[in-house]
Amino acid sequence: MWAYITYFVNATVLAAALRMATPLIFTSMGGIFSERSGVINIGLEGMMLTGAFMGMLVTYYSGTPWVGLLGALASGAVMGLIHAVASVRYKVDQVVSGTAINIFAVGFTVFMLRTVFDVAGTSPAVPRIQSITLPLISRIPVVGEIIGNQNPMVYMALALVVLVHVFLFRTVWGLRLRAVGEHPKAADTVGINVFQTRYIAVIASGALAGLGGAYLSIAHLSRFGDGMTAGRGFISLAAMIFGKWTPFGALGASILFGFADAVQMRLQEVGIPRHFVQMGPYILTMIALAGFIGRATPPKAIGKPYEKE
Amino acid sequence: MEHILEMKNITKRFPGVVANDAITLGIRKGEIHSLVGENGSGKSTLMSILYGLYHADSGEILFKGKKVEIGDSRAAIDLGLGMVFQHFMLVDTLTVAENVILRAEPARYRFVDYRQAQNTVKKLASDYGLRVDPRARISDISVGQQQRVEILKALYRHAQILILDEPTAVLTPQETEELFQVMRNLKQQGTTIVFITHKIKEVLAISDRVSVLRRGKLMGTRNTAETNHRELAEMVVGREVLLRVEKKPSEPRETVASIAGLTVKDRRGTTMVKDVSLEVRSGEVLGIAGVEGNGQQQLVEAITGLIKPEAGKVMLHGQPIQKLSPMNIKKRGVSYIPEDRHKRGLILDYNVADNLILGLHTQHPFVERYLFRNEKQIDEHARRLVADYDIRPTDIRQIVRTFSGGNQQKVVVAREFSRKPQFLICSQPTRGLDIGAIEFIHQEIIRQRDQGTAVLLVSAELDEILSLSDRIAVMYEGRIVTVLPAAESDERRLGYLMLGGDLHRTEGVEIGTSAE
Ligand SMILES: Nc1ncnc2c1ncn2[C@@H]1O[C@H](COP(=O)(O)OP(=O)(O)OP(=O)(O)O)[C@@H](O)[C@H]1O
Ligand SMILES: [Mg+2]
Repeated sequence: MWAYITYFVNATVLAAALRMATPLIFTSMGGIFSERSGVINIGLEGMMLTGAFMGMLVTYYSGTPWVGLLGALASGAVMGLIHAVASVRYKVDQVVSGTAINIFAVGFTVFMLRTVFDVAGTSPAVPRIQSITLPLISRIPVVGEIIGNQNPMVYMALALVVLVHVFLFRTVWGLRLRAVGEHPKAADTVGINVFQTRYIAVIASGALAGLGGAYLSIAHLSRFGDGMTAGRGFISLAAMIFGKWTPFGALGASILFGFADAVQMRLQEVGIPRHFVQMGPYILTMIALAGFIGRATPPKAIGKPYEKE
Repeated sequence: MEHILEMKNITKRFPGVVANDAITLGIRKGEIHSLVGENGSGKSTLMSILYGLYHADSGEILFKGKKVEIGDSRAAIDLGLGMVFQHFMLVDTLTVAENVILRAEPARYRFVDYRQAQNTVKKLASDYGLRVDPRARISDISVGQQQRVEILKALYRHAQILILDEPTAVLTPQETEELFQVMRNLKQQGTTIVFITHKIKEVLAISDRVSVLRRGKLMGTRNTAETNHRELAEMVVGREVLLRVEKKPSEPRETVASIAGLTVKDRRGTTMVKDVSLEVRSGEVLGIAGVEGNGQQQLVEAITGLIKPEAGKVMLHGQPIQKLSPMNIKKRGVSYIPEDRHKRGLILDYNVADNLILGLHTQHPFVERYLFRNEKQIDEHARRLVADYDIRPTDIRQIVRTFSGGNQQKVVVAREFSRKPQFLICSQPTRGLDIGAIEFIHQEIIRQRDQGTAVLLVSAELDEILSLSDRIAVMYEGRIVTVLPAAESDERRLGYLMLGGDLHRTEGVEIGTSAE
């Protein structure tokens, strides 16, 4: 029995789970920003894909993946800005605007890949952010094997969770952001600028999703492939919901989903089909939304454009 | 005397209505100034303009004699204005302290200093006698407490002028008295207060001066000491008002609804209704008196099918209905006016016509060929009710959210009364209504009774219970303490029973004042 368990749960698998979770962590943190301010961000998938592409492109020209990362951040932010202009300023339905961004991102990246490199499908290889070995931690048994030798972006993701938590629940801005997402009019009556808050939150959301995408193209792999996010933006959204819109909850959910991703090969070996495992995140999310695991209550003003007067 | 605030020729139009029509009004420093007027007469609009939420189409505002532009709430707060809204502006998921400090947070390097926040709020609360726990979540506290939070919000921002928009509409008589005490304290410390209410008794009890609005126009301002109930009532409504309901003695007939051994738990699992048995007969009004929160709400929700009782039966004409869905209960001729019109009575983003057919929308004549809306019938129905119940504005396509509180209530009342119910349950039916509308609804309730409807009336207003009921049941801690014929009850006796007093000791006992 024990052998059976360790076949699925061991340091190697957990280290892989963390790697698979990393893009989800970045993107779900982005989701938290946007949705906590009251703006549904179903466009995370597209923002991620754009980030993955632009990360690769900027790395290609600069020769440095860290500069590429900045490119991903900026391009994600621009996508966020587009979503904000549409849904906050022009009050386009947030789901429609997000979906448009997803469709746009697919076309944009395919088109750019063709135009810039004259190839279809996969970009040329670019330098990537290399894994590092943490001096002391890597020598701790088990723990060291899991977290001691990882990509810097994995550590960034974990640090990001703490930062987002502190930001949301300890700072003045976090308090105001949450107020705007719950009851924008109440926030307005004490003088908080609802529109400005939402703009910033949605832009930040896009920037983080961009980083999540860049992890795939310039850290995990070293090239961009068409549609390489493969639904991870949606899974991040699911992780955010499953984590009840909290950073640590989303972290836990991301790791769980990352784990499912990591064991999928092994599950296949024991006869559980891959597609079945891939349904996991969505099924869990529906269970969470149905209220079986405590209550997952979204921010109250979510999805509603704010109307003054 | 010195004016701290002056509005000059303020005009504000909304599509189809002039909400404020060249209003000129001065507020003196340190006074309590009441603002009264019918539903939709423009009180909230005028105050929202002061607070920077709406912008006047024309006119100007002077603060301490100088012209000011109040572009947004921030500008209003900076001038020293604080406002407690008719529908509270609190973030449910945040704590009391967080709501109070929002956007004026005590902070170190932009990190909120929660300890200082709590201490400040606690101190402020005790200084002004506004009892509330700074760490409690808004969703967990009563409306009375929520209101204190709203006042604390204003005080925390050093409001010199406090606007209270119908603060007493949701308060029990005891809470109202406590609020008045707070207002007197504030006044003593130099705060100027604008107080909106529909209750003339309150105007006379608390204010120095009173201004009356009617259909967007200022009808006049009086010193409270030099006016009286009758004059004010007439100024508000524009005609003489019956201050009491005229009714014949009731002629109760067969039992329509009977409730036996009903026990109900609320959503948190507390038993709120304990073994209640009641009968309501055709042609009578049974009033349920009680301090809010003693199980009335759960009793009503169990009868209407919104919550399922733990035990007991609800019978309509001898048929048990406690297992039926709210829709099916409605279909059997039960009408219900809920206490919370926003949560249960209306869909705020639907228009008037659609709100007027809620619950009937699947029935003849509003449906044709099994599936399609019969627009002609729906419109006709809406036009008739808008006219009959004097709902303003009269545009049946306007969404209900933009209506004044009182007119929203009329929409609910019109829908429920027009169904010719056999059993009518009215829960706080006149909350937030002006005196003209109250008079009208009271007459309608009596008319329903005289047509043979069995009426169950739940109200926190003793006046209302006493003037409409034929029999009065007193509810205390989930139980019906007693049922009295209306002729044998008076305010003192009921007040005593509502607070848990013993029926057999009411005679000759000096009762602690509850209503005043
Ligand atoms: N945002 C809005 N859009 C359109 N019409 C509005 C809006 N706000 C208010 N009105 C209209 O303006 C008029 C005045 O409304 P207001 O809320 O000021 O009345 P009120 O005196 O506060 O009434 P109540 O006692 O019922 O609260 C009403 O006819 C109302 O329907
Ligand atoms: Mg009002």
